[in-house]
Amino acid sequence: MRYYTEDHEWLEVSGSTATVGITDYAQGQLGDVVFVELPEAGRAVTKGKEAAVVESVKAASEVYAPVSGTVTEANAALEGTPDLVNSSPEADGWFFRLTLSDPSQLEGLMDEAAYKAFVDAL
Amino acid sequence: MAEDSADLLKLPLDALHLSLEGRMVPFAGYAMPVQYPLGVMNEHLWTRQHAGLFDVSHMGQLTLEGEGAAEWLESIAPGDFKALQPGRIRYSLLLADDGGILDDLMVTNSSHGFYLVVNGATKHDDIAHMRKSLPKGLTLTHMEGAALLALQGPEAVDVMKRLGVSPEFPGIPAIDELKFMQASPYLWQGVRLGISRSGYTGEDGYEISLDPQDAERFAKALLADASVKPIGLGARDSLRLEAGLPLYGHDLTPEIEPVEAGLAFAISKRRKTEGGFPGADRILKALLDGPARKRVGLKFDGRQPAREGADVFVGDAKVGVVTSGGFGPSVGAPVAMAYVDAAHAADGTALEVEVRGKRLAATVVPMPFWQKTYVR
Repeated sequence: MRYYTEDHEWLEVSGSTATVGITDYAQGQLGDVVFVELPEAGRAVTKGKEAAVVESVKAASEVYAPVSGTVTEANAALEGTPDLVNSSPEADGWFFRLTLSDPSQLEGLMDEAAYKAFVDAL
Repeated sequence: MAEDSADLLKLPLDALHLSLEGRMVPFAGYAMPVQYPLGVMNEHLWTRQHAGLFDVSHMGQLTLEGEGAAEWLESIAPGDFKALQPGRIRYSLLLADDGGILDDLMVTNSSHGFYLVVNGATKHDDIAHMRKSLPKGLTLTHMEGAALLALQGPEAVDVMKRLGVSPEFPGIPAIDELKFMQASPYLWQGVRLGISRSGYTGEDGYEISLDPQDAERFAKALLADASVKPIGLGARDSLRLEAGLPLYGHDLTPEIEPVEAGLAFAISKRRKTEGGFPGADRILKALLDGPARKRVGLKFDGRQPAREGADVFVGDAKVGVVTSGGFGPSVGAPVAMAYVDAAHAADGTALEVEVRGKRLAATVVPMPFWQKTYVR
């Protein structure tokens, strides 16, 4: 099941594990990504708090954790090819995986149709 | 931002920027395109390979006329304006009484006086500063609303030739024969163009001053050439950073004097001997003794950019601060300018820059980061 946030992140949830990235709309707003700072495995992240930083040519932008949990893996491919965030934001350009600490936090998030309507209204 | 946008001034090419889908942001009181759909990275690379069109109409264009104009200019800026020949341009600095930099500017001898281009964010302060000491008999005119376009890149010269720009008077060089830091009046389909071979990207190119009424027609004619794409502020910043060119308000401020900024070349030889410009004592002392800190270039080991405001360290000691930094698209790596204590400013010095609590390994390197291609 895929969820979306108003901060333009997506989460692909499978059991108690979620893969997190930013949406195609977000990468379009950021522009060419040149560096991504990712959380290390084992780090606890808190919903709404900074989890990663994505840098374009011009600026650095924070990415907030869409849900709380413990990071299990960061996308090592982004180290050498950060532009995957631009070319494949919702697949190969994923940021990190985490184990959900509170699955009930998923309830407030949008599904794909709701997120599309949200972006269309911007 | 939405609530502020009503107060923003519009550039003469505002409608064109919108039709080109420019992403408009507030800058120097104007709504300006930060990028177009091509994106900062590709706009930057396009300019280095072909030709980029920049709308820099936010900048202040001034004329100065009257007897004694050169002498008065020498009382506010450290250039040798008495020796500046007609059609020649000099990069200069507007200095405060203590030698701090109030602005950087281009000064052109326009034959009937001087033509000045100052930064957009500082133009009103500059004009007020100048009027304080402007003697009777000299006329300082703000060409308010005038358009200023920059066409930059290796193909700019061919674009201007194809466009059919012709000298306004006999004796003026053909557009491709105008040399770097020279200016002359030209005509295009009856439109008067004040053209200089100059820019702030590290590339060959032109800056073109014209009546705002003609600006859109002229810009569209340039954009109709397959070599030309519109370029926003984002790429303008990364281009000038790679070229090692300081940006006022970031790398140059009233707290910084020209020698530590690495701009001693802007103090003409005669003025170094004679002085007589604001802050001459402090500036000439810095020239003689060496400044306490220096503007340097930094390169980094990894891909992570260091931005303006990041502190520079040697061990536990803070020795400087980044004033401009980002990713250099042509260099393919992060680049930055920093002010660093003179003891740690030599080329090759290993430093550390703190970004979000982490230390990045950096090395002092000579600037520019990207070799300029001016046609001299």
